[in-house]
Amino acid sequence: MHSLKPVTALGGIEPRTDVFHHLSIIENDGLALASFAARRGFELECQTVLKGLLGVVPSVGKAIFNDPISGFWLGPDQWMLTAPRDSHELLADIVKNECGAAASMSEQTGAWVCFDVIGDALLAFCERICSAPIRQMQGGDTRRTSIHHLNCILIKQSAGDQIRIFGPRASADSLHHALFTTATALA
Amino acid sequence: MNQVNRLKGGQIDRSVTHRFKFDGKTFEGHQGDTLASALLANGVRLMGRSFKYHRPRGVLTAGSEEPNALVELRNGARQEPNSRATTIELFDGLLAKSQNRLGPLKYDLLAINDRFSNFLTAGFYYKTFMWPAAFWEKVYEPIIRRAAGLGSLSQLDDPDVYDKGFLYCDLLVIGAGPAGLAAALTAGRSGAEVILADEDFRMGGRLNCESLTLDDQSAPAWADDVVAELKSLPNVRVMHRTTIIGAFDHGIYGAVERISDHLIVPDLGKPRQILWRIYTKRTILATGAIERPIAFENNDRPGIMLASAIRTYANRFAVAANKKIVIFTNNDDGHRTAKDLHAMGVEVCGVIDVRADAPRSLDYEVLHGQVVDTKGRLGLKQVKIRLENGNIRSLDCGALGVSGGWNPNVHLTCHQRGRPTWRDDIAAFVPGVDLPLGMSVAGAASGIMSTTGALQSGTDAACAALSVIGIKSRAITIPQTEDAPVSIQPFWYVRGCRRAWIDLQNDVTVKDIQLSHQEGFRAVEHLKRYTTLGMATDQGKTSNMGGLAIMAELAGTSIPKAGTTIFRPPYTPTAIGVFAGRHRGQDFHPKRLTPSHKWAKEQGAAFVEVGNWMRAQWFPLAGETKWRESVDREVLAVRTSVGVCDVTTLGKIDVQGAEAAEFLNKIYCNGFAKLAVGKCRYGLMLREDGIAKDDGTAARLADDHFVVTTTTANALPVYRHMEFVRQCLFPDMDVQLISTTESWAQYAVAGPNSRALLQKIIDPFTDLSNDAFPFMSCANVTVCGGLRARLFRISFSGELAYELAVPTAYGDALIRKIIAVGAEFNVTPYGTEALGVLRIEKGHAAGNELNGTTTAQNLGMGKLVSKTKDSIGSILSERAALTAPGTLCQVGIKPLNPADPVIAGAHLMNEKGPIDAAHDQGYVTSACFSPNLGHAIAIGFLKDGDLRLGEKMRLVSPLTGIETKIEIVSAHFIDPQGERLRA
Repeated sequence: MHSLKPVTALGGIEPRTDVFHHLSIIENDGLALASFAARRGFELECQTVLKGLLGVVPSVGKAIFNDPISGFWLGPDQWMLTAPRDSHELLADIVKNECGAAASMSEQTGAWVCFDVIGDALLAFCERICSAPIRQMQGGDTRRTSIHHLNCILIKQSAGDQIRIFGPRASADSLHHALFTTATALA
Repeated sequence: MNQVNRLKGGQIDRSVTHRFKFDGKTFEGHQGDTLASALLANGVRLMGRSFKYHRPRGVLTAGSEEPNALVELRNGARQEPNSRATTIELFDGLLAKSQNRLGPLKYDLLAINDRFSNFLTAGFYYKTFMWPAAFWEKVYEPIIRRAAGLGSLSQLDDPDVYDKGFLYCDLLVIGAGPAGLAAALTAGRSGAEVILADEDFRMGGRLNCESLTLDDQSAPAWADDVVAELKSLPNVRVMHRTTIIGAFDHGIYGAVERISDHLIVPDLGKPRQILWRIYTKRTILATGAIERPIAFENNDRPGIMLASAIRTYANRFAVAANKKIVIFTNNDDGHRTAKDLHAMGVEVCGVIDVRADAPRSLDYEVLHGQVVDTKGRLGLKQVKIRLENGNIRSLDCGALGVSGGWNPNVHLTCHQRGRPTWRDDIAAFVPGVDLPLGMSVAGAASGIMSTTGALQSGTDAACAALSVIGIKSRAITIPQTEDAPVSIQPFWYVRGCRRAWIDLQNDVTVKDIQLSHQEGFRAVEHLKRYTTLGMATDQGKTSNMGGLAIMAELAGTSIPKAGTTIFRPPYTPTAIGVFAGRHRGQDFHPKRLTPSHKWAKEQGAAFVEVGNWMRAQWFPLAGETKWRESVDREVLAVRTSVGVCDVTTLGKIDVQGAEAAEFLNKIYCNGFAKLAVGKCRYGLMLREDGIAKDDGTAARLADDHFVVTTTTANALPVYRHMEFVRQCLFPDMDVQLISTTESWAQYAVAGPNSRALLQKIIDPFTDLSNDAFPFMSCANVTVCGGLRARLFRISFSGELAYELAVPTAYGDALIRKIIAVGAEFNVTPYGTEALGVLRIEKGHAAGNELNGTTTAQNLGMGKLVSKTKDSIGSILSERAALTAPGTLCQVGIKPLNPADPVIAGAHLMNEKGPIDAAHDQGYVTSACFSPNLGHAIAIGFLKDGDLRLGEKMRLVSPLTGIETKIEIVSAHFIDPQGERLRA
């Protein structure tokens, strides 16, 4: 076991949680991420692999929540996969073993910060932070959006009052600040 | 004075009293008042001074179209000029000050301007302030600056926060008067997603201002019931205090919601205002109409108001504008004001109607005539009337209500260059045929002037709009209410007037319009700019119509032929802060922090912004007070032992796929197909026109897997370029691109002891000897007992150097480990300044050299452009102009006198001869002090530079008076043979 300890995207030993009476913003440090891009001529094979991993292949603008590996659509024949980091830190390698030369995998864990936002004020919160049409989104809907000039991915979780936001890790502080001040404004 | 003009009734809450100050004097009003209504209630008519002539002015209107009663609201950092007293909700502790005066409002010293009105007509500044020329800067300009503008700024930072947001709906209803309420109710009951927005704090529009009934309810009560029902519907969003400021492309509207303006200060953490972008499938514009005045001699005195405003103050705010009121009108609506006032016990001294067939009254005198003059400088005292038979009569009064007709409020229909059309029957412009996408217009805004008509058109418009988007709806049952037709005789100004105002806010008179015509500025756009008619903060809401009607008459054409100017967003003045939202100060743009940022901050690093990145620039030690001390030390430390630098910010792009190598062969001008696994190669990327675009390295980790680096600044443009090539130029290639810039924390470890240091971190199964891991090698490795990592033996500094990458989450731990194990080698962290010095000493090109005009040949890399394969830019790189003799070539520059500095941006001139552009030989791109060499050095481009090594020249900067003797040398100042980096 190596001797280096990781820090969270916000730079802490433990992930940060901000609790308001109407909303909670939870830094989710427990995910491994890997990008999955089908290679030419192997698209069908990749669909089979993904079906095996997720149960269903996420279609355009959709996320599939599965255990242990979930995934969401990124682009034509491209998906992002997530899994618990504790058990799947080498997610990219694990999936590469499944798909071999059929897909290009890259480790993405270090590139993203993840915030889960839960609460009664969720819809009003989303309306302030980004242009995703949150009131029209169903559970599993995924949108690329911009929050505070940051390219982010917003996923409406199955539960009605929860969303997951992936943003660029290097801007975790800025993204968190945007979420926090918006939650404060709605308190 | 204590609310001497209060009447019974109204929609104010008398149980809540607010104390407020205007020009230092304390008054009282009630909840539901505006500042204007409260001042009028207290008998205050004088509220400001006019822009140019500093004439005493009072409130003209009761809405956001107000041109006169502009105040500075609040004090300190929250002071806001040009706030309309008619829309300021009264709150306890409100502070307001009148504007545009020197000295007290009553005794404004600049009122002397009025005596020189003949010299201050429209466009006077085009004919004055010219002589003597020397006076302009020292005399005229300071005076004009002092006099210009309305209101003053605090010069302090706005302390309030503003939010932004995004809303979606099926139907946006703009305006909550009778048409808007009917439309919203129709749509709300159908289940459509509806947003109803109104700029007022109380919804209802004119329903709140009239004494009419709807069925057996008062108009305000009906409006309240409808609003209550709308608020109970989960699919309807009711937005009070929300101005729709503009109609933008694709059915998007901008809206400013005032969250806290009616509070003394916003609650902690709450925004003052929110800028909403509303995405709507359909829109109904139900913004009503704005009454217009008539121009006559001295028509701008305090107490002269729009007749409908007087009615509004009476019915809604329970305020009589004065105890004695006269009405001057050309249409039936003026009489409505007289009737309501009389019913409330206010003395109507007379109704002056220009029409011969004006309705008569048993309650007050109706005179056929025109108002030809007024008296009462600080407040109206008397009006002079010329009767139809030519007799002159005077009436004593304290308020005059003027009604010249109603202009449908078409602003938003014009925001995308739509032009309104003229209707003779109402003597007004109505929306034209070219409306913004998805918009329809209802009620008075469309020229339907009766309450019944407005209600009907609102519900009909909603049904039609919803039908287009496939939502079934049913029209509401319209209550019984007035349905009077419009009866109007167009009348714009009283003939023979000398000082009659058209645009009250910019002090534009009838005479100014005549002057504009006389001087040839007859097109309405010229009229506007020459006179400034309609160019004030009210955008001419009460003046545009009168101005162009007069110009039409002067030009001998019809009003529709005279045309209109274009209304533009925002509809009303909007705080810059709300456009900025949260993006100000430290939050202006997001920051990108490197994985070692926290550690670097602990070391006291100085940081520099590189795009959004915060990079450590240098690491000062105790005792170092100047940046050169730190940077020189860092540079020397790297060349003598070992340094570490966070290079995470450089772009990293994973290139995978069966044809990844072939793809790189297209992207780079040099070859990659034969690059072995485990090797790196420098790559130069050209633009299609042959100019150098970016450079970096490509490391082959497997047959089908490369990691490509870019410069920090070009990470995104290069990635974008590569995706364009992949998707559009070679869509059949099997290649996938994934950005991994932030996935990996990457550190450069450089210097003679870099290998020794890394041997303490990289797990022992990786042989780092020079034989096993020579220069330009790469490999997947593990560190610190098994953490996955990538190692690249590449060197920007020219020293023995490596770059080590670990997953980002471990970046903080790795830098600390490197520093800890490197202590025995005195490992020195170095920042971007030292990084720059090191690469200039080595002669490596960077962004300064790849400046968008240079080619591979200019960079001394002409041979790198492969002739055996096709790549982007290779053909055009061979253009004759780019390869002709005299082409620029990268060189090194050093001063003959070691003590002389060398400046980047300076130009190179021959040792003798003229110094001018015609004799320019080249320019300096990068310069620094070299602590290793003990003098300044530079890299630049010189014509035929490769043939001129050793030549003595001059380095010049004529603008800053620099001329330095220099020598042209090789750009590789340190280790030109590359022995150190191959050690």
